Amino acid sequence: MEKTTPSIKSHLKAHMRDFGLLFALIAIMAFFQIATGGILLRPVNITNLLLQNSYIIIMALGMLIVIVAGHIDLSVGSVMGFIGALAAVMIVSAGLPVPLVILVCLIAGGIIGGAQGYFVAFWRIPPFIVTLAGMLVFRGLSLWLLEGQSIGPFPKEFQVLSTGFVPDVFPAAWGAALAELVGARKFNVLCFVLGLIAAISVVLMGLKKRSRDAEYGIVSEPMSLFWARNLIVAGALVFLMFKLATFRGVPNVLVTMAILIGIYAFITERTVIGRRVYALGGNEKAAKLSGIKTERLNFMAFVNMGVLAALAGLIFAARLNSATPKAGFALELDVIAAVFIGGASMSGGSGKIIGAVVGAFIMGVMNNGMSILGIGIDYQQVIKGLVLLAAVFFDVYNKQKQG
Amino acid sequence: MSTLLEMRNITKEFPGVKALDQVNLSVAEGEIHAICGENGAGKSTLMKVLSGVYPAGTYDGEIHYEGALAEFKSIRDSEDRGIIIIHQELALVPDLSIAENIFLGNETAHKGVINWHEANQRTEKLLAKVGLSEAPTTRIDSLGVGKQQLVEIAKALSKDVKLLILDEPTAALQENDSKKLLELMLELKSQGVTSIIISHKLNEVGYVSDTVTVIRDGMSVSTLDAKDGISEDTIVRDMVGRDMSDRYPAREHRAGEMLMEVEGWNVWHPEHADRQVIKDISFNVRAGEVVGIAGVMGSGRTELAMSIFGRSYGRKISGKVKLHGTAADVSRVDRAIEAGLAYVTEDRKSLGLILEESIQFNTTLAHLEGVSKAGVLNANAETEVAEHFRKALKTRTPSVFQQVGNLSGGNQQKVVLAKWLNTSPEVLILDEPTRGIDVGAKYEIYAIINELSEQGKGVVMISSEMPELLGMCDRIYVMNEGAFVGELAAKDASQERIMSLIVTE
Repeated sequence: MEKTTPSIKSHLKAHMRDFGLLFALIAIMAFFQIATGGILLRPVNITNLLLQNSYIIIMALGMLIVIVAGHIDLSVGSVMGFIGALAAVMIVSAGLPVPLVILVCLIAGGIIGGAQGYFVAFWRIPPFIVTLAGMLVFRGLSLWLLEGQSIGPFPKEFQVLSTGFVPDVFPAAWGAALAELVGARKFNVLCFVLGLIAAISVVLMGLKKRSRDAEYGIVSEPMSLFWARNLIVAGALVFLMFKLATFRGVPNVLVTMAILIGIYAFITERTVIGRRVYALGGNEKAAKLSGIKTERLNFMAFVNMGVLAALAGLIFAARLNSATPKAGFALELDVIAAVFIGGASMSGGSGKIIGAVVGAFIMGVMNNGMSILGIGIDYQQVIKGLVLLAAVFFDVYNKQKQG
Repeated sequence: MSTLLEMRNITKEFPGVKALDQVNLSVAEGEIHAICGENGAGKSTLMKVLSGVYPAGTYDGEIHYEGALAEFKSIRDSEDRGIIIIHQELALVPDLSIAENIFLGNETAHKGVINWHEANQRTEKLLAKVGLSEAPTTRIDSLGVGKQQLVEIAKALSKDVKLLILDEPTAALQENDSKKLLELMLELKSQGVTSIIISHKLNEVGYVSDTVTVIRDGMSVSTLDAKDGISEDTIVRDMVGRDMSDRYPAREHRAGEMLMEVEGWNVWHPEHADRQVIKDISFNVRAGEVVGIAGVMGSGRTELAMSIFGRSYGRKISGKVKLHGTAADVSRVDRAIEAGLAYVTEDRKSLGLILEESIQFNTTLAHLEGVSKAGVLNANAETEVAEHFRKALKTRTPSVFQQVGNLSGGNQQKVVLAKWLNTSPEVLILDEPTRGIDVGAKYEIYAIINELSEQGKGVVMISSEMPELLGMCDRIYVMNEGAFVGELAAKDASQERIMSLIVTE
């Protein structure tokens, strides 16, 4: 087979969506970095950004799968609030041990997702309706659980879920020496080392895929573009982790998030069950006639969503250090927007985990940047709405031009 | 009698296909004119030209209607002139009432406000005309297919119909409903309505029609006058009379041990609980055998195949499926695949493929176990499998990473075949395996079928193209209205014999 490497321009054109997303994130970050006079990328603000968006990203992972399967889940904000309330009642009011409560809450999330998935998968009730009902039910139930009050504070061991940091495993002397070298007050060596490892593995995995593609004669992207893309991503990782290292190091939440992103990227791209979800969303009838148990898969997508919403609820409650009746209100919209900005299709069958994560960061950076700039909540909503519309329009426009 | 409609030298071409070639049709005022022909002969295309679905200018030839040249730009145009077509798939809105449906798009309204009283009154009169005793407010979905057909006719009458066209009106009807419909046609005729009926059922054609035009391969072959007495044999001969040359690769006929036996298979319609779609069917396939199922569209062939393949169609399914003489569990698609069955659908776009995914994705989809370990996919193994079938089936594509939606019909069909061959089935059910693909690709598909037979697999081939069945099969079952009406060995079979088995009932 003839192997031609296309020109940079034509490759960029063909992969407009992927590059567009990356460039959009970079452009938005650059804009706010300048507009906020450098506040955006201060170590403390980066840490805040991660903490603020962790629960959205975690839910976006589950939402991506639900959307790829061809559904939608409007209930996640309410479920998240409800689980936070449940945790508060069990820990603060009833004094139950934290690990037990976490386990019970995750199981409860799975059951909630399963209950909704049951109606969607086995009774074929449109998920919009089922989860709209769920949204009302669980909003009501959290109000009832909390009796309209906030419950808190949580014990330290629960708070670390969100606000804790991974301790440095390297000798303190190393950190002190490096801190002096870079002119910071302190330096978390572990954080920086993890950043380096992440950056190197991104490049190595890219190279491995590239050599495999070449073996099977797949037209790869131009070499220069490959390195440009990977060096930007790797450089950004090192830069961010360096910044974090000069503050308090790696937040626990970042570890949870990174592991989950890795697991879900692996599931969606490399496993049989992930493949089947894409087939199901792409053409349910054809999938079913290929021996895929579509009902069970639909059901599982909602169970999974429920568990992740529960985890997000725990992290949110830990971060606020209390459970409030308002927790998670309208958050489902941010989660769904993140997935669509990330390139998933409303009709199902397409979308990537990494896209959803970048989509969530785009929303997160905009929220954070606009708040720093003191832009009112009124304009913030308008701008976020327009960005969502623009992203999806860009998608549709590209498709029409190609097709 | 004067001539109401004359279609002269109608030629209609689609990219690569001449669907109609110099067709002539002349319909006299006040008669019932039947159009007969095989599936794909061009009957429906001709009616679409007439009704303006294909507007004037997109075809060659002239239509003369009521003595003047007519150039219909849309269905609306032809309807305004009193030409009403009732399609095989009914176009009623199930959630609306009879009256709402009859006056849909033609409401009895004054300045946008509907006068329901008038609508219901007029509906009652129309229903009386077609002999349907239902209230005008009855919802369509509470009526059976036969009654819905009558509503369609009432709707046509509401528009002052002059020429009523019925496309396979009795295909989905029970016998007494069919009878009623035919009587109604005769009744309308006595009131001066001219009708065209398209039908496979020659006994019905003989019963109602004054004139019969036979169309074959897009050409009008003959026009027969009922006054001379039409023999069904004449119609059948005209319908199928084409030579069968070497369009089929040669194959040694061989039948080995018994592979699959289906016994006493019964299936009911998934929505209409009282309609039995498959009636007590039994058949078998031996190793290396290619078995055909002949029958017109709507005879239940696809329903039979899909109900066997993991109960993908129908309700209240009963009967036995045996493989190698022992009962096989085919109650779910994954179990049917496990048991060694494969079903290649007739509708590859909506049931066979995931169009926006790659050839590789589609090829491995029904047997992901083969390219994975502990649930983790091996991308290299996937590519190898897809490459293997690309070469073996000669799929023309730049690479296996190409989206299947971009392939031609013939190549898409090969991807569907690849998907099922990858499950290593023992019995393949091929449903219209060559529908909508060009002649060259057809030959390649036939060659693949022969190869499967050589490997000792059993093949069940469903096709509307009789020459294809005669050219490929060892044995042919003839199916009509949900039941098998005959079984012929290849050497005894002919298109005439198959057709007469279908039409005599």
